[in-house]
Amino acid sequence: MIGLEHYLTVAAALFVIGIFGIFVNRKNVIVILMSIELMLLAVNINLVAFSAYLGDLVGQVFTMFVLTVAAAEAAIGLAILVCFFRNRGSIAVDDINVMKG
Amino acid sequence: MSVADIAFYCFATVAVASGLFVVLARNPVHSVLWLILAFFSSAGLFVLLGAEFVAMLLVIVYVGAVAVLFLFVVMMLDVDFSELKAHMAAYFPLGGLIGAVFLAQLVMVFGVWRSADSVFERRAAPMREGQTNTGALGELIYDDYIHLFQVAGLILLVAMIGAIVLTLRHRPDIKRQDVLAQMYRDPAKAMELKDVKPGQGL
Repeated sequence: MIGLEHYLTVAAALFVIGIFGIFVNRKNVIVILMSIELMLLAVNINLVAFSAYLGDLVGQVFTMFVLTVAAAEAAIGLAILVCFFRNRGSIAVDDINVMKG
Repeated sequence: MSVADIAFYCFATVAVASGLFVVLARNPVHSVLWLILAFFSSAGLFVLLGAEFVAMLLVIVYVGAVAVLFLFVVMMLDVDFSELKAHMAAYFPLGGLIGAVFLAQLVMVFGVWRSADSVFERRAAPMREGQTNTGALGELIYDDYIHLFQVAGLILLVAMIGAIVLTLRHRPDIKRQDVLAQMYRDPAKAMELKDVKPGQGL
């Protein structure tokens, strides 16, 4: 059987790809949101791998809650994006300075 | 190498490669399609781990809802994506550096990490023999984690209301259905009958 470390390596690779994607696609909010989804997926792989190898089901329960939050975050993020695009006609991160933050 | 091992390496390679293509694809529509492939192969990994329910949930929630939502938004927004991608090469060194630093940290954690001796006594919900994954998860969610489960439903409700409130707008320049006007309409006043003589007109 495949060792736990293999799954953790896959999850680590996906997480680092997500971080890399956030910094590489600094102009494109949609791909940033997709990178965040990748990072949450990596977290889910870690949780399920530990749950399977320790024989503890709570990891899978937690995975479902992470899934819920990811779905809610995607919905709200895309809604904000559509709203922003209507007002400004652009989705570049550099243009997001309405609140002068 | 058994079939399960080969399946693991296939799914793992496809997941990581498609994750990389999500980040690097020129066209965001292609990014979403690569994201769907990454989710599918991760669902395969979950099946290999014996977590069938979470795997199916991943396919239904991520591929069926989230990825399609992304696809809709990418296709609806009229954005010049080539212009957004033009600056990508400039951020490669910074992104690569931060990714490398994070990877080094993870490798260090893996290097010194080991399980506690009492890890098997400390399990919160040990799996029982002869119970399906879905059944065991259902018992756990509806018994021990019922409040968290309901809060999760509440989060989804708030997200739904928030998304609707954010994107709904009333445009004054379009015609809408007026139900009351339709109901109070009087057929006798709506139409006037004229007796037209042949060859004369009105």
